[in-house]
Amino acid sequence: MSDVLLSVENLRSSYGRIEALHGVSLEVRRGEIVTLVGGNGAGKTTLMRAISGVQPVTAGLIRFKGEAIGRVDAHRRVALGIAQVPEGRQVFAPLSVADNLRLGAWSRKDEGVAADIEDIYRQFPVLREKRDLQAGGLSGGQQQMLALGRALMAKPELILLDEPSMGLAPILVEQIFEAIAGLKARGITVLLVEQNAMQALAIADRGYVIETGTITHSGEGRALLDDPKVRGAYLGV
Amino acid sequence: MAEFLQFAFSGLTVGAVYALVALGFTLIYNASDVINFAQGEFVMLGGMATVFLSLAGVPVPLAALIAVAATTVVGLALYKLAIDPARGASAVTLIIITIGASIFLRGVASIVFDKRFHSLPHWFGDRPLTVAGASVLPQSLVVLAGALVIVVLLWAFFERTLFGKAVLATAANRVAAKLSGIDTGFVVGFSFAVSAAIGAVAGVLVTPITLTSFDVGTLLALKGFAAAMLGGMGHPVGAVVGGLVVGLLEAFGAGYISSQYKDAMAFIVILAVLFAMPNGLFGRTRIERV
Ligand SMILES: Nc1ncnc2c1ncn2[C@@H]1O[C@H](COP(=O)(O)OP(=O)(O)OP(=O)(O)O)[C@@H](O)[C@H]1O
Ligand SMILES: [Mg+2]
Repeated sequence: MSDVLLSVENLRSSYGRIEALHGVSLEVRRGEIVTLVGGNGAGKTTLMRAISGVQPVTAGLIRFKGEAIGRVDAHRRVALGIAQVPEGRQVFAPLSVADNLRLGAWSRKDEGVAADIEDIYRQFPVLREKRDLQAGGLSGGQQQMLALGRALMAKPELILLDEPSMGLAPILVEQIFEAIAGLKARGITVLLVEQNAMQALAIADRGYVIETGTITHSGEGRALLDDPKVRGAYLGV
Repeated sequence: MAEFLQFAFSGLTVGAVYALVALGFTLIYNASDVINFAQGEFVMLGGMATVFLSLAGVPVPLAALIAVAATTVVGLALYKLAIDPARGASAVTLIIITIGASIFLRGVASIVFDKRFHSLPHWFGDRPLTVAGASVLPQSLVVLAGALVIVVLLWAFFERTLFGKAVLATAANRVAAKLSGIDTGFVVGFSFAVSAAIGAVAGVLVTPITLTSFDVGTLLALKGFAAAMLGGMGHPVGAVVGGLVVGLLEAFGAGYISSQYKDAMAFIVILAVLFAMPNGLFGRTRIERV
C-alpha cells in the first residue's frame, strides 16, 4: 500500500512529428500539492492533457491509484477521480453558470449535487449572483472561479490546475491561491502548473521543473525555491 | 389575396420540411462540426420505408414507426461506421464522407425499394379545406403541426434536461466537455440518431403531399443546407426560420414569377443574403471573454 496517487513514468507525447514530452516521470502523493513549473512551450499543458486523457501519448505509463489508466477514455478518468481545470478556463460559454456547475458533476451518481453547488456558491459568492447568466459573459477571474468550481463538482481526488492565475489581477491571484490551499485542507490532491513560479512553489509540498519536454529538477517546494539554478531560470532572481 | 394565401400555405408546408432538414444539419454540426449531406436521405428513408412496409401489409402507422426507428439505426450506423473511424480528419474529408454515404444510401434504396415515385395516404383525407379563399390540404396542417411538435420537444430537451445541456456543452467546447466527464462520442452518436429520426419523421409527414422516391434526398439536403446557412449554421432557431423562408421564397417565386426557376430562385436570394450577412440571419459572434 503506497500513498502515491498519481505516477507518470517515461511519458512521451507528440504533435504530429514533433515530440513535446520526451519521457516525463513524476509522482503525486495523496494529499500533496505538487507544482510543475517551466517556461513557455516546455510541455506543461501537454502533460496535464495527457494525464486527463485528451492528449494522445506515444509511450510511457500513467498510473492512478496504482492502476494504469493510459487506455481509459478521458470522460471515464473523471469518474475515476481526476478533474482538470484547463488552461484558459474553457467554461461552457453559452451555458449558464449554474449549468456549468451541474455539468461538472456529470459523472457523479450520488444525490449531493445540489448541496455541493451551494458549497461552491458559498466559496465564490459572485457565482451565486450570476448563476443564471451566460458563463461567457463573466470576467476572467469569475470564469476561473467557475472553472475551478466545475472541476470540484466532480468530487475529484486529484485536481489538475493549469495556470489558474493566468491573466488575473493580483488581488484575484491571491484569492485563487487561497482557494488552492483550501483544497489541500479538504483532502484534495493538487497538481498545479504555474508560470507564477515563486508563489506556486511556496504553497507546494514538492515541485518539478520541466524544460522542453524533460523534467530537469525536482524536490521539496522550499528546496526548489532556494535552488540557485531554479531561481535563476524561473524565478527571475 | 386568396392567391397570396395559397402560395403562403404551400410555402410554409415545404418550408417546414426544409426546417426539419436544416435542424438535422444543425444538431450534427453543433455536436461534431460535421456537415452531414446524407441528411436528405433520412427523409427519403422515412418515406420510402413506410411506403414499402405498408405495401407489404403493415398498417401505415406501424409502418411509419418502424421506418423512423430503422432510419434512426441508419443514422447511428453512419456515425459508427463512417464518421467515428475518421475521427480527427479534416472538415472537408468528413463532408466528403457524408456525400459518399448519401450516394451509397441512395443506391441501396434504389435496389431495396425501386426507382419509381410513391405516395402514402393522407392522414385526414385529401379533400382541401378552404381558408379565406385559399385551399389547404389537411395534410399540410399535419406537416406544420408535426414540425412544431418536434421543435418544441427539441427546445424542451435542450432547455430542460441535463443531457440536453451536456449536448450543448459538447457543442460549445468538446475538450472541456470530456474533462467534465461527458462521453462526447456518445453525444455525437446521439445527435446523428436524433437527426436521422427527425428526417424520417419529416419524410413520413410530407410524402402524402410531395410523393417520394429513392433520390428525393439530394435536393432536400441542398435546400436544408441552404436553410441552415441562411439562418446561421449551428443556430437552431435560424434553421427553422431559414427553412420556412426558403419554402416561402420557392412558393412565391414559382407562383408569381415562374415555376421553372423555383429551385434556383431560393438559392439566389440566399446567396444575396449571405453576401450581405456572412454569418446568416441569426449568426452572431458569441459572447466570450478570455
Ligand atoms: N496544438 C499543438 N500543435 C502543435 N504543437 C503544439 C500544440 N500545442 C502545443 N504544441 C507544442 O508543444 C510544446 C509544448 O507545449 P505546451 O502547450 O504543452 O507548453 P506549456 O508548457 O503549457 O507552455 P505555456 O506556458 O505557454 O502554456 C510546445 O513546443 C508547443 O509549441
Ligand atoms: Mg500551457
